Amino acid sequence: MGSVASFFGQLFGKEEKREEERRLRANDRHFNLSFHYVNNAIKTSKYNIFTFLPLNLFEQFRRLANAYFLFLMVLQLIPQVSSLSWFTTAVPLLLVLTMTAVKDASDDINRHKSDKQVNNRTVNVLIDGVLKKEKWMDVQVGDIIKLENNQFVTADLLLLSSSEPLNLVYVETAELDGETNLKVKQALTVTGELGDNIDALAGFHGEVHCEPPNNRLDKFKGVLTVNGQTNALDNDKVLLRGCTLRNTEWCFGLVIFGGPDTKLMQNSGKTVFKRTSIDHLMNVLVLCIFGFLASMCSILTIGNAIWETREGSVFTVFLPREPGVNAPLTSFLTFWSYVIVLNTVVPISLYVSVEIIRLGNSFYIDWDRKMYYPKSDTPAQARTTTLNEELGQIKYIFSDKTGTLTQNIMTFNKCSINGKAYGELFDFSGQRVEINEKTEKVDFSWNQLADPKFIFHDHSLVETIREGNLEAQAFFRLLALCHTVMPEEKKEGELYYQAQSPDEGALVTAARNFGFVFRSRTPETITAWEMGKQVTYELLAVLDFNNVRKRMSVIVRSPEGKLTLFCKGADTIIFERLHPSCNKLKEVTIRHLNEYAGDGLRTLALAYKDLDQSFMEEWKQRHHEASTAMEDREEKLDELYEEIEKDLMLLGATAVEDKLQDGVPQTIEQLAKADIKIWVLTGDKQETAENIGYSCNMLREEMKEIFIVSANTAEEVKEELQNARRKMCPESADEPSVIKSRAGLFWLKKTENVQDEKVDGKYALIINGHSLAFALENNLQLELLRTACMCQTVICCRVTPLQKAQVVQLVKKYKQAITLAIGDGANDVSMIKAAHIGVGISGQEGMQAVLSSDYSFAQFRYLQRLLLVHGRWSYLRMCKFLRYFFYKNFTFTFVHFWYAFFCGFSAQTVYDEWFITFYNLVYTALPVLGMSLFDQDVNDRWSFQYPQLYTPGQLNLYFSKKAFVRCMMHSCYSSLILFFIPWAAMQDTVRDDGKDIADYQSFALLAQTCLLVVVMLQLCLDTHYWTAVNQFFVWGSLAAYFAITFTINSNGMFLIFTFIFPFIGTARNSLNQPNVWLTIFLTSLLCILPVVAFRFILIQLRPTANDKLKELQQVP
Amino acid sequence: MGKVKGNSGPLAQRPDNSAFKQQRLPAWSPMLTANTVLPFFYFMALICMLLGVWLLLTVQSIQEVKLDYTEAGTCDVCFEKRKNVSNAGQSCSCTVEFSIEKAFKGDVFFYYGLRNFHQNLRRYMDSRDDGQMVGRKNKLKNPTTYCQPFDKDSAGRPIAPCGAVANSMFNDSFSLKYHGPTGASVPVPLYRKGITWYTDKNVKYRNPRTENLTLAQEFEGVAKPPYWKNPVYQLDVLDPTNNGFINDDLIVWMREAAFPNFRKLYGILYRADKPFTKGLPVGNYSIKISYNFPVQYFRGRKEVMLTTLTWFGGQNHFLPIAYLVTSSLSFLLAVVLTVVWWKFGKDGKNMEE
Repeated sequence: MGSVASFFGQLFGKEEKREEERRLRANDRHFNLSFHYVNNAIKTSKYNIFTFLPLNLFEQFRRLANAYFLFLMVLQLIPQVSSLSWFTTAVPLLLVLTMTAVKDASDDINRHKSDKQVNNRTVNVLIDGVLKKEKWMDVQVGDIIKLENNQFVTADLLLLSSSEPLNLVYVETAELDGETNLKVKQALTVTGELGDNIDALAGFHGEVHCEPPNNRLDKFKGVLTVNGQTNALDNDKVLLRGCTLRNTEWCFGLVIFGGPDTKLMQNSGKTVFKRTSIDHLMNVLVLCIFGFLASMCSILTIGNAIWETREGSVFTVFLPREPGVNAPLTSFLTFWSYVIVLNTVVPISLYVSVEIIRLGNSFYIDWDRKMYYPKSDTPAQARTTTLNEELGQIKYIFSDKTGTLTQNIMTFNKCSINGKAYGELFDFSGQRVEINEKTEKVDFSWNQLADPKFIFHDHSLVETIREGNLEAQAFFRLLALCHTVMPEEKKEGELYYQAQSPDEGALVTAARNFGFVFRSRTPETITAWEMGKQVTYELLAVLDFNNVRKRMSVIVRSPEGKLTLFCKGADTIIFERLHPSCNKLKEVTIRHLNEYAGDGLRTLALAYKDLDQSFMEEWKQRHHEASTAMEDREEKLDELYEEIEKDLMLLGATAVEDKLQDGVPQTIEQLAKADIKIWVLTGDKQETAENIGYSCNMLREEMKEIFIVSANTAEEVKEELQNARRKMCPESADEPSVIKSRAGLFWLKKTENVQDEKVDGKYALIINGHSLAFALENNLQLELLRTACMCQTVICCRVTPLQKAQVVQLVKKYKQAITLAIGDGANDVSMIKAAHIGVGISGQEGMQAVLSSDYSFAQFRYLQRLLLVHGRWSYLRMCKFLRYFFYKNFTFTFVHFWYAFFCGFSAQTVYDEWFITFYNLVYTALPVLGMSLFDQDVNDRWSFQYPQLYTPGQLNLYFSKKAFVRCMMHSCYSSLILFFIPWAAMQDTVRDDGKDIADYQSFALLAQTCLLVVVMLQLCLDTHYWTAVNQFFVWGSLAAYFAITFTINSNGMFLIFTFIFPFIGTARNSLNQPNVWLTIFLTSLLCILPVVAFRFILIQLRPTANDKLKELQQVP
Repeated sequence: MGKVKGNSGPLAQRPDNSAFKQQRLPAWSPMLTANTVLPFFYFMALICMLLGVWLLLTVQSIQEVKLDYTEAGTCDVCFEKRKNVSNAGQSCSCTVEFSIEKAFKGDVFFYYGLRNFHQNLRRYMDSRDDGQMVGRKNKLKNPTTYCQPFDKDSAGRPIAPCGAVANSMFNDSFSLKYHGPTGASVPVPLYRKGITWYTDKNVKYRNPRTENLTLAQEFEGVAKPPYWKNPVYQLDVLDPTNNGFINDDLIVWMREAAFPNFRKLYGILYRADKPFTKGLPVGNYSIKISYNFPVQYFRGRKEVMLTTLTWFGGQNHFLPIAYLVTSSLSFLLAVVLTVVWWKFGKDGKNMEE
């Protein structure tokens, strides 16, 4: 639609220029209107009453299957071609269209309602010097509005002033990014002075230049010009629509972006739909079926041409040709008539049924109590309902470590201060003492503000601090000052920290307990209690943390006027920036760090630097310039940071423990048994990762070798990878065996497949981020992939979010295997989106991973249930469904094909038209849905016990092109029986009273009854799990068939609708004949016996794991 | 998908513990084990054999005489005559003779049969108007366009019954004679009514009816189908109630056959008088045929059949033989399966993990 709209837009020369910069002036509607910015009304609905029908139909007919059936219907309206009444296609098509339309309509009505509700919310707007209540939709860009506590933010606002000191505002961003911790925003001082003075606000005419509307939630760039002075604007000064004001009495804001331009609305754009491999296969198959249909019709057309010249031309005495139609034209028309008759090979209800099955299986995931985490009251959630069966085919899992394998509940465990390690207990003989629950805890009662939940066991550290050790004090002072935690002190002394990352929370809490209590912060100051004394530091600059910098610094001025930069960050990063005088300390600290990492702890290095007053003045000036720059602001800032963060003095290092989640080792073992390869991609240090690898069973002592790749040049990386590979498999070729093939629609997609290589023995590979960067280069990619895929376990450490995604894409590209990525943090989003299936752990680190995931739950261990139970069942059910669905439709259609040879290729149907209409929709719809919603080969307990049951899915065993061909052969056999047995049985046969039974109508009834009985029996054979619902569906459908048939054949229906129910009396006159029933019995028997025999022999000769387990399960 | 539930508390979002939602519905899981499959095959073999033998005996008890009279006896003259369309108006009759070696016991049914006549062509089958035949007056005057070109005659009068099916109605008639041992020939009485489905005769086909009008008046202004000799209200000269759309022969013809070779009921032996009270006695018979229906155009054949019936219908050997074949196949399969099971599956060594 978008393209259509833009096309017309161009046509009328109305195409809007893309906005390059936004300019607006406060309180000046006239000025702002000249830019034609949109107002604050939003419209998420797609249709209105008048456009619904045409637009919705247009959308629906864009689907290939629907368009095809529309085309068929048009064909049926041509009398010369029409071999079936219009209703045979119209009724199913209408039903499918109506179902979709009703769903779309109800969705759209809901959107209309919510739009209306949102647009009609009121807010105080400053107009002509007075505050007036206005509807949200009437708010314009450049208006000043007043928000009160707990109100939703109306539009994207520039914060002007607030009721809180220092113009602070607290907001909750749950609706925006799902995170529930409060975030703080601060207005510029120059606007903050306005306060709630209405006159001053009305007289405010600041001008804003800022970026055009975009969807980046964490970035904002702009300048505010007030009275000729320019002030930098960043994300901290902007309130985004979707946030809620908290703990703030009121605030004033200037509308920058309204309605659809807001970052919230810009973010709700189209998401890329993931499609499963079965979807792709289905599209290919449907195309094959089209081809097959065309060839069948062609054969019948040729047959018709021959028949017309030999027989038809002489039969014209009884059946003259229509005027203007000769034999070749008849054949041509026959082609189209047969397209109509055989249309059922392309099943109209296929796509609808597939959607229903997936939806059902998604609901099972939502409903599963065994994937519900009571502690956080979180059930599992299938956020995408279209990927279920792929859960049963996973071959590679890419997992984050922190928060995914571990709990992400951080506890401050150990530290190294000035070369001395604290946190471990030694007995008198110097032996390390195991710390357990009974170990005596450090008493923090001397500290009134201590957190009672904090536990520490090493008394010496407290003593050191209380003795007044300067390094130790500086160490904890740094922890108390250098962070982004927000304190909340509802009651005097009851401190509560709101931290964006649990690491920080743990560190600040540790500092608090050791006597350096962080109490409150303002944008310009930090107040802490140091050993009982209140000290207020002036905060000069905050050098933010990000994934590239991997460090954070603050520059503060102490009450004595001393300028200090405190820095904490990843050890490697800090060590690069140390003053040479710290070299000795550095070595000791590195030793400690290695020990900590060996214990699986997360480490940070701490350092400080005293600053010179004059240097600081000058730096600050440049910092201001850089931060108000409109271009390359980030690069300039980075340079400045780099300049000041050098020659640091090392203080020590911290070690924070992140415990493994429950059941992680067992889960990993299970998944490994299911032949799923698990790669851990973590940002942690190599030693930490290695250790976690051991503790969660991924690295085991029995492994032959664990290769570690940590080289610094591409050549070295290549060599190390090759060496590893040669060791695992000496005979492996130098060049990878890449199988290039084509797949997809029209075979347009080129695929490359790197073969798995056989390795005996188990190996593991650990590669660090530095080497990974080289290995992911084009020339080394395959080398990495080959080596990594030979290993049982792969751990990549120190990887960036981008590298995570690259690794996933590498495997996706060359392995043609289904991948799953699981993670919990914002840094996992890229990998979650890149993988076939993304799973989010709803844990401690906010909700971003969950919001971009396809499935989410609270604990890593639920992954095994998701894959081994739900995934496996979904895959099994989908495959059973597809196999059966194609079987039943092909069988149905092929009978027409055989009949063609007896009816002069005249496109006469075998069945009653009503049977054709109802076959897919009424008679067989529910039983097959019942099978594909309830079937289980073995129950969930056995699925867990025997993870090897998972492998058929990975190998695509249950449904593939081969299985499809087998289905067709089976259908072919069944249809031969279904046509020729009744044909032979009805030859010259009469009723027991001598009257007709070999007539067309009786034969049609016989053929369709045989067909229905046979497909039902086949369904019964395929169903392994017979619940009461299945029974009801099967028997109910058969009963419905007979009830409907007798109704259609009744006198009443004929007398009312003479032309559409000509089969009057057929059911009564033929279904009371023994030979009819004997024929039905014989056809069913002949269709079923070979299938049963074949399956039985297969079970006896080559039983699959499933067969064995089913057998076992039978024995109670 | 996130369903908001009314209840609150620490476990507010906990899913229900119902068997359905937890996928623990009680179920029966049948297995293809030796215990079920092997007995099933043997049992089916037995059942099919019993059925086959029973059916075969039943079918064998049927007596049937079938005569292809297209060019038989004196009919070759008529056959030649009908080749020429210009002779269509002339009548032609011929006689064929046959003998019965063994008396036909019970009801005897007389059929005519056509070979290679495609009553099942789509356009042919569509070429009829059920509304007209059920007595709708508007349809009588205005037949459906499906009947083209047999919906109106050249003068523009509507044709009743319209369409290709009615127009091509089989119009040979037969009279059967019995030449008994005494030498005297007795006409074999055939009952020509009650040869249609009850529903056809009473529901599907009805004459247009108006008070005080005869059938002929009812059909005034309506043309007969071009190939017919008599209009529809004069199909049966003997029985005035057997005329119009409810004429038995017409109804029988209008029930189109599913395949190009078919037989249709012509009459049933009337067993009120001797010597036919027990059926057809042994002896020579002749059939006098009023030979009208042309078959040479489409290389067709015409037949007559005399047959007795059982509960199973007419003489069709297919089902009994098919059952016997199925029985032996089933038995064969059963043996193969038993052997396979005995050799591979019995000790369950394949079943071990």
